[in-house]
Amino acid sequence: MLASAADNAGKIHYPFRMTETPIAQIRNFAIIAHIDHGKSTLADRLIQATGALPEREMTSQVLDSMDLERERGITIKAQTVRLSYRAADGLTYALNLMDTPGHVDFAYEVSRSLAACEGSLLVVDASQGVEAQTLANVYQAIEAGHEIIPVLNKIDLPAAEPEKVRRQIEEVIGLDASGTIEISAKTGQNIEAVLEALVTRLPPPEGDATRPLAALLVDSWYDPYLGVVILLRIKDGRLRHGQRIRMMSTGAVHTIERIGVFTPKMQPTDDLAPGEIGFVTAAIKTVADCRIGDTITDDRHPARSPLPGFKPSVPVVWCGLYPADADDFEKLRESLAKLRLNDASFHFEPETSAALGFGFRCGFLGLLHLEIVQERLRREFDLDLIATAPSVVYRLHLGNGSVKELHNPADWPDPATIEHIEEPWIKATILVPDDHLGAVLGLCNERRGEQVDLTYVGNRAMAVYRLPLNEVVFDFYDRLKSVSRGYASFDYQMDGYAPGELVRISILVNGEPVDALSFIAHRSAAEARGRAICARLKDLIPRQLFKVAIQAAIGGRIIARETLGALAKDVTAKCYGGDITRKRKLLEKQKEGKKRMRQFGKVEIPQSAFLAALKMDA
Amino acid sequence: MDPLALYIHWPFCLAKCPYCDFNSHVREQIPEQRSRGALLRELEWEAGRLGSRPLASIFFGGGTPSLMAPETVFRLIEAASAYFSPLPEIEITLEANPTSVERSKLAAFREAGVNRLSLGVQSLDDRALHFLGRLHSAAEARAALTAAREIFPRVSFDLIYARPGQDLSGWRAELAAALSFGPDHLSLYQLTIEPATPFAALSAQGKLALPPAETAALLYEATAEEAAKHGLLPYEISNYARPGAECRHNLAYWRYADYAGIGPGAHGRVTIGDSLLATRRRRAPEAWAARVERSGHGTDEEEALSPTERAREMLLMGLRLAEGIELERFRARAGLALSSAIDRQALTDLLAAGYLAWRGGKLAATEAGRLRLDALLPRLVR
Ligand SMILES: Nc1nc2c(ncn2[C@@H]2O[C@H](COP(=O)(O)OP(=O)(O)OP(=O)(O)O)[C@@H](O)[C@H]2O)c(=O)[nH]1
Ligand SMILES: C[S@@+](CC[C@H](N)C(=O)[O-])C[C@H]1O[C@@H](n2cnc3c(N)ncnc32)[C@H](O)[C@@H]1O
Ligand code: SF4
Ligand SMILES: [Mg+2]
Repeated sequence: MLASAADNAGKIHYPFRMTETPIAQIRNFAIIAHIDHGKSTLADRLIQATGALPEREMTSQVLDSMDLERERGITIKAQTVRLSYRAADGLTYALNLMDTPGHVDFAYEVSRSLAACEGSLLVVDASQGVEAQTLANVYQAIEAGHEIIPVLNKIDLPAAEPEKVRRQIEEVIGLDASGTIEISAKTGQNIEAVLEALVTRLPPPEGDATRPLAALLVDSWYDPYLGVVILLRIKDGRLRHGQRIRMMSTGAVHTIERIGVFTPKMQPTDDLAPGEIGFVTAAIKTVADCRIGDTITDDRHPARSPLPGFKPSVPVVWCGLYPADADDFEKLRESLAKLRLNDASFHFEPETSAALGFGFRCGFLGLLHLEIVQERLRREFDLDLIATAPSVVYRLHLGNGSVKELHNPADWPDPATIEHIEEPWIKATILVPDDHLGAVLGLCNERRGEQVDLTYVGNRAMAVYRLPLNEVVFDFYDRLKSVSRGYASFDYQMDGYAPGELVRISILVNGEPVDALSFIAHRSAAEARGRAICARLKDLIPRQLFKVAIQAAIGGRIIARETLGALAKDVTAKCYGGDITRKRKLLEKQKEGKKRMRQFGKVEIPQSAFLAALKMDA
Repeated sequence: MDPLALYIHWPFCLAKCPYCDFNSHVREQIPEQRSRGALLRELEWEAGRLGSRPLASIFFGGGTPSLMAPETVFRLIEAASAYFSPLPEIEITLEANPTSVERSKLAAFREAGVNRLSLGVQSLDDRALHFLGRLHSAAEARAALTAAREIFPRVSFDLIYARPGQDLSGWRAELAAALSFGPDHLSLYQLTIEPATPFAALSAQGKLALPPAETAALLYEATAEEAAKHGLLPYEISNYARPGAECRHNLAYWRYADYAGIGPGAHGRVTIGDSLLATRRRRAPEAWAARVERSGHGTDEEEALSPTERAREMLLMGLRLAEGIELERFRARAGLALSSAIDRQALTDLLAAGYLAWRGGKLAATEAGRLRLDALLPRLVR
């Protein structure tokens, strides 16, 4: 979120007035691609070529403004920038660029950005070719009715094979590749051609300024200075200062305080006209008033019906999040609400755990998403958290005919009451070079996969598999990368439920079940997983003063056991003369540190163990 | 009131050992006169507020106090004896490094009043001494030991073990050689990597690896066995003595009695009125001396300790001792009953596990407990 980046927070940049661009001179486009194919770097070049930022303020992937994005080198949040471009036809165009993330877990960011635009730049790494997310994203863009401009990036690389990748674009995607632009986002080669193509090949937005206001709420976030900030796309009507706006889904009414666009800095404008993408603030106090996908209209002259909005995102993995310090429960609630404002793809509801007390059950689009949310809570809200074992959503058909959705292994009912269990399946598309196909198919089979299709494009195979989601969610992606030496790419969609032989595995520490560590697995994998987790925990739990037994059990039957020996020695050898203060301070610090451990009987489990234990290698 | 223990810090060394994080400094020219003057003045100031208490011990620590002029040592002992009331059996210890220069001064230290010498032998193996960055050889260490035993009624020496690569049989042999000198007191320290020392840097680069905890535990147990063969018992985690030969000065720390600390970086715990004060002097020798010259004392920080703080300090010191902590003394000194200073459940668990034991009205850590004291304390202490 550029606007909430520390240096930019709350600052509005002048000059105040911008001349209005006729709708025919507006182009709204998303940059889409597989992860790491160079979307954010291309955005850099476009920002630079149009002079949106002075040279000294440019950094690489300047739109990846979150620390987490910079550290991991990936885009997590979509970003919007308005560029002003004087085209070859002599006219000045307003180009609204939306840089999107490439990783599957952030697909919801992509789908929302697509809804705000008329066209897409489809970036394909010329040395890697079409990958799974290339396919997934381009099909979404086609579905959204986008005009698509294929762009071959990284042609500066010796390994670039533009001809071959053009063929892939035609054969695998089924797109006309004749208008493909070959660029290097790194060196800036051919960027001008991209800008011209945006102007000449993409349609301008449509909209009617005389109709009642209808604006799509694309994104929102909490800014410590400005409060709630909304990113919206105007479809019809006009948005002005002081206007009373109404959220169509809730009926909540607010008065507009600030209007502007991102250049990428926050730049105020007098109004926003049809086709434009910009931000508003309106003293929105209740975070819940602001729903992504909602339609914003004029309170006095409302639109007759809301815009289509977005499909709600459906979390695929759930886990419990608990404050490490029980006193932080309320703070966690507020923080989750604020974060949710900025990330509509994550869900939360209160729950309690015998071991961990009060917390929240949270739903995510994948494990990376889970990790990022946890990390953002830690950094942006200064919260220390304990995450419980992630789980997918199972359907339990009970003897009494009722069906129960279960996404917390701790809620597993008495097995006698269960008739049968269904688990979610996915349809996965995997692209992989020939020589690694064997290993990838092996992995899919090991994970109970069923082959649906296997086709070739040149020396690359496209395998379509049905797989149980619970076999994929935890470490499939990492394993896929490793068995294919990084050459395989992967995308998936939910594909219904099917009955499965599932069991709940409890983890016992010194004989006491730790509900936060229990998990559900297929019977065939239960023992191996149980053993792996016990072994993992043995490494993750620091040695204690007492011997610790770590066991995995199905019902009353122990399926795995490890013993963590007692700490052999831990004492300061030498005495610091009379400096007892130092020793006491150390003791007091250790006691503080203990607060961050959860106590199970006599055993202390560090919070890091909870999530790490479940990230297993097969 | 308990008799007083007096600590005097001499902060200078000929070279800085790579493992050392004591307040020690290398100077081209040791400012002997200025240091002596400042030590005497600070002693006078401290004695002024403490009054004439019985004095049980004096300890010259460092740094390398054997670099002091015997005259300085004499003047300080003389002054302390005048300000306080020395007990007849007063123990006066000086830490000495076993280089030949310092060996030649031993008789003069004895004449100045020192009656117990603590020699920093560290090892009786030349390769180990080199590794530890020491300036003396094994032969010099032996010569110093022999000389010290002729001159002083009581001699102790220090060894550092659990060095990288040191195995059980190697250490047993080295220790046996040391014990053959017939000492009645030894300080045997496992090597500790202290932050911000050259060893810490090596260790961070993976170039120096201490033995794993299991090996360290075995070495520790072997140490007690070897020492016991010569009648030396572990009365504190790293200190071994023939019964009656314990270092009385250090016992004052562990029993949490009053001690005054003089000199740069010296710490003290002194009772004044109803308060137990924690005192600390400035660490840098010159800054300390300047402050003493200005205001009579080089205090950097001084605060009255709360009952909770006193209880914590007394626990973490007292449990280092094999004899443990006496309940009555604890209450009197901490101003808090032991039962309210510790976690009852933890106490029960630790007693059951054999890490703690009641010994004739005293709470003590067993040998197993002492070996794990740093892990045990945060659990026990409330
Ligand atoms: N050689 C070369 N490297 C490039 C080029 N464009 C991008 N890169 C590099 O490719 C890596 C990924 O670039 P990004 O711009 O972060 O990719 P992205 O598509 O935004 O990645 P996500 O947002 O995580 O999906 C970076 O190391 C870039 O420096 C190019 O034209 N040539
Ligand atoms: C105050 S020190 C130094 C006395 C004297 N300057 C000397 O070095 O011999 C007392 C003892 O602590 C021990 N010591 C110092 N640093 C140590 C470390 N890092 N690990 C283990 N023992 C240490 C040494 O045995 C040393 O003799
Ligand atoms: S001689 Fe002693 S005090 Fe001086 S540096 Fe070496 S270990 Fe430290
Ligand atoms: Mg990016």
